[in-house]
Amino acid sequence: MTEPAAVVLDSASALDIAQLRHVRPRHWGRIVSATCLLVLLALLVHAFAIGQINWATVGVYLTWPTILAGLLNTIIMSVCAMALGIVLGVAAAVARMSPNPVLRSTAIGYAWLFRGTPVILQLLLWFNLALIFPVLGIPGLWSARAVTVITPFAAALLGLGLNEGAYVSEIVRAGLLSVDAGQYEAAKSIGMSHSLSLRRIILPQAMRVVVPPLGNQFITLVKTTSLASVIEYAELLHNAENIYYSNAKVMELLFVAAFWYLVVVTALSFGQAVLERRFARGIARAR
Amino acid sequence: MTPIVSAVKVGKSFGTVQALSDITMDVAAGEVVCLIGPSGSGKTTFLRCINQLERFDSGALFLEGELVGYRRAGDRLHPLAEAQIAQQRRATGMVFQRFNLFPHLTALGNITEGPVQVLRQRPAEAAEHARSLLAQVGLSHKADAYPSQLSGGQQQRVAIARALAMRPRLMLFDEPTSALDPELVGEVLAVMRDLAERGTTMITVTHELSFAREVGHRVIFMDGGRVVETGPARELLSNPQEARTRGFLAAVLS
Ligand SMILES: Nc1ncnc2c1ncn2[C@@H]1O[C@H](COP(=O)(O)OP(=O)(O)O)[C@@H](O)[C@H]1O
Ligand SMILES: [Mg+2]
Repeated sequence: MTEPAAVVLDSASALDIAQLRHVRPRHWGRIVSATCLLVLLALLVHAFAIGQINWATVGVYLTWPTILAGLLNTIIMSVCAMALGIVLGVAAAVARMSPNPVLRSTAIGYAWLFRGTPVILQLLLWFNLALIFPVLGIPGLWSARAVTVITPFAAALLGLGLNEGAYVSEIVRAGLLSVDAGQYEAAKSIGMSHSLSLRRIILPQAMRVVVPPLGNQFITLVKTTSLASVIEYAELLHNAENIYYSNAKVMELLFVAAFWYLVVVTALSFGQAVLERRFARGIARAR
Repeated sequence: MTPIVSAVKVGKSFGTVQALSDITMDVAAGEVVCLIGPSGSGKTTFLRCINQLERFDSGALFLEGELVGYRRAGDRLHPLAEAQIAQQRRATGMVFQRFNLFPHLTALGNITEGPVQVLRQRPAEAAEHARSLLAQVGLSHKADAYPSQLSGGQQQRVAIARALAMRPRLMLFDEPTSALDPELVGEVLAVMRDLAERGTTMITVTHELSFAREVGHRVIFMDGGRVVETGPARELLSNPQEARTRGFLAAVLS
């Protein structure tokens, strides 16, 4: 039992009280903390403005051809590796949920192998594949020298895509598990095959759960592409580094790269919000 | 005439639990059969065996004379491939206790999904049929509503329309009203009564004894995975022969 806020003595004073204007709650804590934050931010901006950094140089390099080419390569690699990752991840998740033990253990093994080793190590392994397999191919049909096939692009795509697929498979699996078992049965009861029910009924519902972590994964990937600079893939950070090796404008070029990463990630966040709304269709949600 | 359903000594076990033993029964075209019995007596399992959400492991089950789920080779029965099972399943429509509508599709989308994706009907043709089914279950005005915007009774009526859209030759209902608030039960039973009057062959698991008495042609009482008693609806309900049936009816009516 809690005490009543006010003890009403008679109905006349209750009526009086009922007439009073209701004031909205004031959040003093929020106002104070927001003010503190703004002051700190202003101090930070000021520090950078008077620091030993040449903002004009940052402006110049923002649209420098080498930087833009690097940005383009970063975007291309992110999109390709994510596409590969989604295809592999969905396949692995479906295999993991299959009643077939061969498929199931293959999927488990795949996730174990690629989640269990650092991405940078996987990139180096793919890039140096020629050391163990000088010639790649299918005996009698086609073969090529590994050094010509495994370009920086190919090595980065394989390394990042395969690794991505392992993580995506767990995300998709969580999504599949979130769908009620009754949905599989309802889909079967109208004569759908397993693959049709996955495509039309189960995956679209799983997407609601899958999109937020998948967006997160994509954002992480955009930044992880910078690791491909170790295998000479000409992405954004790699190109920025090459420029500052020759002109020593280290901070300026790092700011340029940071700016573009933020732009790409911001665009992705908007895309994610659109997708989330798209897949929330028909699902009543409690905020 | 070939019965729609013909079960001969059908058995099914889950590990050590014998869910069904020696179920033998025929259901004729146009017949309305009500399955009653205590919880765990195997009613759901029997319905699920008919449309192959479960695989029975002994005996034989025929739908319109066709062996369900197996193919005979010499003196053995081999399970059918998934595609053939899906094909056979189209002959039966299933209505679940918990509706199981597809939440990401509208009422109309739920109903057209099977005809368009499975039967490869043209979308316009499927939508036209779907609208007439929605009218039949009294939900013409809810075509564009999502399941989350419908009451339980409305969802179950859409689920019935979804099953009917496949033009099944047998409708299976598994306690279609037991997840509903009491005031919504009537609207679903009214739709089922209407179906019965149109001559639909139905097997219904139900605890609505007045529905069974008025609409059912035959009542089958199951207990412990076996058929204990079967007879014309009114006769069995008012004058049960077996002690177990009497005990169950007394418990349900009290
Ligand atoms: N998937 C399952 N796994 C194990 N046991 C099950 C399963 N489904 C049903 N059973 C068992 O089979 C018996 C019959 O269940 P069910 O057909 O659901 O009965 P009813 O619908 O009459 O209540 C029960 O003992 C139940 O516990
Ligand atoms: Mg049941």
